[in-house]
Amino acid sequence: MIEAELSRSVKRWCKGATGATCAAKLSGGASQETWRFDITHPDGAIGAILRRSPKGYGAAPTRAAGLAAEARLMQLAFEAGVPSPRVMHVLVPEDDLGTGFIMQRVEGETIARKILRDDEFAAARPHLARQIGGILAALHRLPKDKLPELRSRSATQEIAEFERDYRSLNWPKPVFELALRWLRDHDPGPSAETTLVHGDFRNGNLIIGADGVRAVLDWELAHLGDPMEDLGWVCVNSWRFGEIDRPVGGFGSREELFAGYEAAGRKVDPERVKFWEVMGTLRWGIMCGGMMQRFREGPDHSMERAMIGRRASETEIDLLRLLAPRGS
Amino acid sequence: MQDEPTPTELTKSVADFLRNDITPLISGHQAFKLRVAINILDLVTRQLTREEGSDAAEVERLRALLGMDGSVMELNRALAERIAKGEIDLATPGVAEHLRATTMDKLAVDQPNYASYKRELERGG
Repeated sequence: MIEAELSRSVKRWCKGATGATCAAKLSGGASQETWRFDITHPDGAIGAILRRSPKGYGAAPTRAAGLAAEARLMQLAFEAGVPSPRVMHVLVPEDDLGTGFIMQRVEGETIARKILRDDEFAAARPHLARQIGGILAALHRLPKDKLPELRSRSATQEIAEFERDYRSLNWPKPVFELALRWLRDHDPGPSAETTLVHGDFRNGNLIIGADGVRAVLDWELAHLGDPMEDLGWVCVNSWRFGEIDRPVGGFGSREELFAGYEAAGRKVDPERVKFWEVMGTLRWGIMCGGMMQRFREGPDHSMERAMIGRRASETEIDLLRLLAPRGS
Repeated sequence: MQDEPTPTELTKSVADFLRNDITPLISGHQAFKLRVAINILDLVTRQLTREEGSDAAEVERLRALLGMDGSVMELNRALAERIAKGEIDLATPGVAEHLRATTMDKLAVDQPNYASYKRELERGG
């Protein structure tokens, strides 16, 4: 049972801790798991989260930064005042828990549809687009000399990679072909400035409470690149969860996002943001295709994965709306 | 020729059974999985109902656009290749309309509740 290993681990590094209880798996693929548990402590239980690759799953997928890098980035973000959980411990071999880290649990909601519909978040919602702008500005300003080693990719390389992924699906999608052409024709070239890019900053990867954003999660796709990528990705229609007239995660307008970003002292390039929104829409569409492939070839034969394959068409209509709008 | 009931009637009957009789009996993660299963059966039913008609219309548009004949798959491959080569783009007469109609037909099967689909539908498809 994982609680035995967790108990032994927390006693070593958490002063006063006497054990670990209430362990429950929140999500888990083949190579990465997230668990919640409580650290038993005389001052009261401490809510904690374990992110790990179980033993035998050392190698990260090519695009992922790796759990050690993730822990480092979250710690840096926390220190810089970006809403982020505090990293409590990076796993060592003696923990016998695989590789990964343990962080403090932040209470709040991550399910996008609840955040967009429930009364609890009604007061926070109108402020989120602007707040997200400020958070992204702070994130893009994290000191580069302190960052862990991260992959660095230009837009040009990204387009080539998406094209390869799409061709490997071997299923003709004329709309994706058009999007690839458009991206090549509108490739803005290297950005004037290269910063940390979160890579998956969107509604669904944020812990939100009645007071707004409490934590930025899922740093596994972090890399170095054009900061405008994060602003484009957060606007991709797939992350508006039905609130399609509020581009920023279904919360608010691009203008609010840009105002929050610029109020924090950083400059927005709207053309680049648009480019990355198109790129992001295609990226999610190709990822849906990848889900289908994994469903077909295993190891995950789940119905859920199969159905995600049938969501690629959502990105096709969104791409057409971006590339061939019919006016409003 | 196969006998009745039709595949559409059969899948629909299973979906209705799961929806009406089984859904009230289970909860938690199994209930979530059941909802996905029902969604799959509904999707299959929509495809069985619509595919023949939408494919025929798609083939007709593709023939006119490409000036060649073939299966719906062959014609889509040809269109994809010509777009990749830059011979056809959104400025080519009929292309935007064709892609919009084809994509709307896909969404009518895949995700008829998707908000952008519904918005486009309100604008006349």
